[in-house]
Amino acid sequence: MKTVRIGAGAGFSGDRIEPAVELIDKGGLDYVVFECLAERTIALAQERRADDPQGGYDPLLAERFEAILELCRQRGTRVITNMGAANPAAAGTAVIELARRMGLPGLKVAAVMGDDVLSKLDMEAAEILEYPAHLSTLGDRVISANAYMGIDGIVEALAAGADVVLTGRVGDPALFLAPLVHEFGWARDDWDLLGQGTLIGHLLECAGQLTGGYFADPGYKDVPDLARLGFPYAEVSADGTAILAKVDGSGGAITLETCREQLLYEVLDPENYIQPDVIADFSAVELEVVGADRVRVSGARGKPKPPHLKVSVGYRDSFAGEGQISYAGSGAVERGRLAIDIIAERFKLMNLPLIETRYELIGVDAVNPREGIASTPREVRVRVVARTETLKQAQAVGNEVETLYTNGPAGGGGASKSARQVIAIVSTLIDRRLTDPHVELEIA
Amino acid sequence: MMLLRELAHSRAGDKGGISQISVIARQQSDFNVLRCNVTVERVRKHFGHIVRGAVQRYELPHLGILNFVLHDALSSGVTRSLALDPHGKCLSSVMLDLELGMPGDASEG
Repeated sequence: MKTVRIGAGAGFSGDRIEPAVELIDKGGLDYVVFECLAERTIALAQERRADDPQGGYDPLLAERFEAILELCRQRGTRVITNMGAANPAAAGTAVIELARRMGLPGLKVAAVMGDDVLSKLDMEAAEILEYPAHLSTLGDRVISANAYMGIDGIVEALAAGADVVLTGRVGDPALFLAPLVHEFGWARDDWDLLGQGTLIGHLLECAGQLTGGYFADPGYKDVPDLARLGFPYAEVSADGTAILAKVDGSGGAITLETCREQLLYEVLDPENYIQPDVIADFSAVELEVVGADRVRVSGARGKPKPPHLKVSVGYRDSFAGEGQISYAGSGAVERGRLAIDIIAERFKLMNLPLIETRYELIGVDAVNPREGIASTPREVRVRVVARTETLKQAQAVGNEVETLYTNGPAGGGGASKSARQVIAIVSTLIDRRLTDPHVELEIA
Repeated sequence: MMLLRELAHSRAGDKGGISQISVIARQQSDFNVLRCNVTVERVRKHFGHIVRGAVQRYELPHLGILNFVLHDALSSGVTRSLALDPHGKCLSSVMLDLELGMPGDASEG
C-alpha cells in the first residue's frame, strides 16, 4: 500500500537547520516542508521588497537551501516552503541561481503567487475583524494585505513536476495537505480526508514542538537529548491515517503527551478549525502509540470550506521605546520600584506624550503579574516600555532609563535601550472568488 | 492544597489578542477531577489580572484535554503588544499554578 512521507524542516523562520538535514538524510522523505512565515513577517518582507524589487523573501532562504538542496536531489525529496514571503518569484530566482552554482541542473522551481490581495481589497467596505472599523480608517499606513491561500497553487506546482515550491502566505497546514492531495488524488470536497490531512499538517507545522520542544518541565516532563532535538515526519496512508515519527538517533521524543499538547496549539474550537480548504474537526481524533517514538493519528473530520479567506493586513501602527536596568542583593525590589517611580515622574516633568506604558520588574511581575511577591529575588531587572507617535519620543524612553546609572537608586547596572517602529497586523475577509492563485515554473 | 501542575500539563498558543491554553490530564483517570475543578469561573479568577474578555472552555474527554480560550488577554496581540512575552507563551505555566482546592473536594474519576 502506498504511503507518503512528509517531514517538517522548520517550525519558524529562525529555526535550526541541522534537524532538516538529518531528517532528509535518514527519513526517507518524499517531501520536506519548511514553515517560516509568522503573521507579521510578510508585512516586514513587503517593506524590504519596496526597497528592493528582488528582495522580500525569507532572509535565511539561501542558507537553508544550500544546506539541503544537493541532499534532496540524492534522496528524491521535494521541498515545499512559504519562504517566498512577500516575493515568491524572486525567491524562485534565488533558488535557481543557487542550484546552478551548486551544479544541480534541471532543478524545477515553482513560485506560487496570488496571496497578495492589497489591490483587490475594497478598503471602504472591508471590515477589521478585531474591532468594529473599516480598513479605510488605517489610511495610508497600510503596508500589505495577504490572504491565507489554500492548496490550489501548490498542487498545481507539484503536478507540473516542481522539485521546489515557494509560496507566500498560505494556511500553514496547506503546505502539508497539498502534497497529500497531489499524491493520493483526494477529492477537493472529501471534507473528512481534507480534515485529516489538515490535522497531519497542523501537528507537523511547528516541527520540534511535536518531538519534545516547548515541552520539558524537569521532574514532571523530562525529554532526552534536547540539544539535538530531531524534527518529526509523518508516514501517511491513502485513507489519511498517519504515523508520526522521528529518525533514530535524533534527540527528543514523540509520545501521546507531546502529541496532545500540539493537537490544540493555537486551536480555539476543536470542532471548527477554519482553514482555506476545509473546516477541520479534531473532536474525534485518536492517538495511539505503535512503537518507540511512533504515534498513529486518525479520526479527524471535516466540513465544507468557508466562502471567504482570512487576510492579514500589515500597517504602521506606532513606535515603541524601551529601557532596562538591573538591581541586585538585599533591597533589589525596593530599589527597582524606586527607579520606576523616578522614571514615571520624569516622563511627567518632560511632558513626554506616551500612548501606553508598562513599568515592570523582570523576575517579579513582568510576565506573571500577581498580588504580592512569593519570595525575595536576589536580583531584578527594571523594564520600562512605552508606545509613542514618533521615533524620537520612543528613543527618549530608553534614554531616561539609561540616566538611572548616575541619577537613580544605588547599584543600577547593565542598562540597555531600544526603539523600534511597530508594524502591526489586523485581519479582514475576502471573497475567495476574488483571489487568483497562479504558478511560475523555472528550470535551473 | 494541590496545584494543577500535579495532575496536568499545558501548552499556550495565541491568535491575535486571544490566548489559548490547553489543560491535559497526566492520567486519564484524573480527567473528571479536572473537569469539575478547572471551571471557566476558576480560570477567569486565576487569570483575573490578565484576561479582560470572555473565557470559554472546550472539552476533548477521550484525550483528557480541556481547552481554554481567553479573549482579550494579550493586549492587542503579538504584533502590537508591549509585553515582555507578547505571545503569552508563559501563561501555560501560570495556568498550572491554579489551586485545585482542598483534597476531597473533587469527585473521584
